[in-house]
Amino acid sequence: MSSVWRVAEVVDGMPENATARTIRLRVAGLMGHLAGQHIDVRLTADDGYSAIRSYSVSSASPDEHLDITVDELPDGEVSPYLVRDLAVGDQLEIRGPVGGWFVWRPDRVNAVQLIGGGSGVVPLMSMIRAHQASDNESAFRLLYSLKSPETSLYVEELHRLDQESAKLTVDYIYTRSTPEGWPAGPARLTSDTLLGRILPVEASPDVFVCGQTVFVETVADWLVTAGYSPESIKTERFGGTGGIR
Amino acid sequence: MGIISSGFRGRRSANPGLPPGQHETQDFPVLTAGPAPLIPIDEWEFFIAAENGQRLSWSWTEFMSLPQEEITKDIHCVTSWSKLETTWRGVSLDTLFENVDTTKDFATAHSFGGYTTNVPLWDLLGGKAWVAWEFDGEPLERAHGGPARLLIPHLYFWKSAKWIHGLELTEDDVPGFWESNGYHLHGNPWREERYS
Repeated sequence: MSSVWRVAEVVDGMPENATARTIRLRVAGLMGHLAGQHIDVRLTADDGYSAIRSYSVSSASPDEHLDITVDELPDGEVSPYLVRDLAVGDQLEIRGPVGGWFVWRPDRVNAVQLIGGGSGVVPLMSMIRAHQASDNESAFRLLYSLKSPETSLYVEELHRLDQESAKLTVDYIYTRSTPEGWPAGPARLTSDTLLGRILPVEASPDVFVCGQTVFVETVADWLVTAGYSPESIKTERFGGTGGIR
Repeated sequence: MGIISSGFRGRRSANPGLPPGQHETQDFPVLTAGPAPLIPIDEWEFFIAAENGQRLSWSWTEFMSLPQEEITKDIHCVTSWSKLETTWRGVSLDTLFENVDTTKDFATAHSFGGYTTNVPLWDLLGGKAWVAWEFDGEPLERAHGGPARLLIPHLYFWKSAKWIHGLELTEDDVPGFWESNGYHLHGNPWREERYS
């Protein structure tokens, strides 16, 4: 089923920041997806040329809707069209949702540590939303590393959940500039900063790391060195040359 | 032809070396399910396990004394990037299989760190696959599978298992890691065997 191209209709487009937008798709016959999965999107030009890219699903709806959040790459072939030109009512082709590894299932009892770099937060947001919508009471903690407040995704929702939900804690690390009045200045992410803001080894969390290659490799190495079990760490690379695994 | 996106132009590379649905990249993206294992050279080995307890293995020194080949091949990742004319150095699987006596048709590749992937023997032999330890003139970086990885360039690159430890020969085609997680059992990019 997941290898078949299907038609999806754009039913909404919501800007997240200056370069990213969430696109809501309706896919007839779709019955939900796993939190953390991705879809392939195929765009075809009027002369038949087509291009395919993978995008993580950011929503957690059990029906025929799903959201993808697309960050525009300055030099991108597909993302500028999706962020700037695609309109409500347009159709495109998708394949998936696919992926059975970098996913969170509501029957997991372990605590969960999510670590997102930049737009690597997208599949993690799907997990947060699936967790919020479920009666799973395990602790979720998100460490969100980003360059500046202006590049942040899901700002209001994450702030609200952090304040109101007993099931989720959110920590932010700003590497270039911080929000006004932020207690600390911007700083490079270090092993010490990271380890001070995540669930401890003793909590045996399932860990999901998503971001650019260097971010993911570096963070995963720090975690293993600090004693987190390699088997508990799932990684996914995001962005750059055509997206995620 | 399916749905047309009016206004979408795209970037036509029209490179005949690109399988359907692939685009060319100059980078070398890293795709891994978990952290990269650290394997000291003096603890490294490569093994082939066949029927009746037959197990051949090579230490790093023994492996390096085998005939080495220069390989220039295009590689194709299932996430849709392709990298053309990549250069490698390594040992052909034909060399490693010289003294293996088997009637099995499939192999499970085992990596340090626990990753597995399944490959028919037919795709491993006949000058089609290597255990590679050098990329672009440099020792293979750990993030890319160093000290050594499988190199099966005619299949999607998840088949080219990083941190390769050995091959276990099997009667049946037993799904490996990604193959159990939604990806195709075989992975031929020219037939777009991406997902199961």
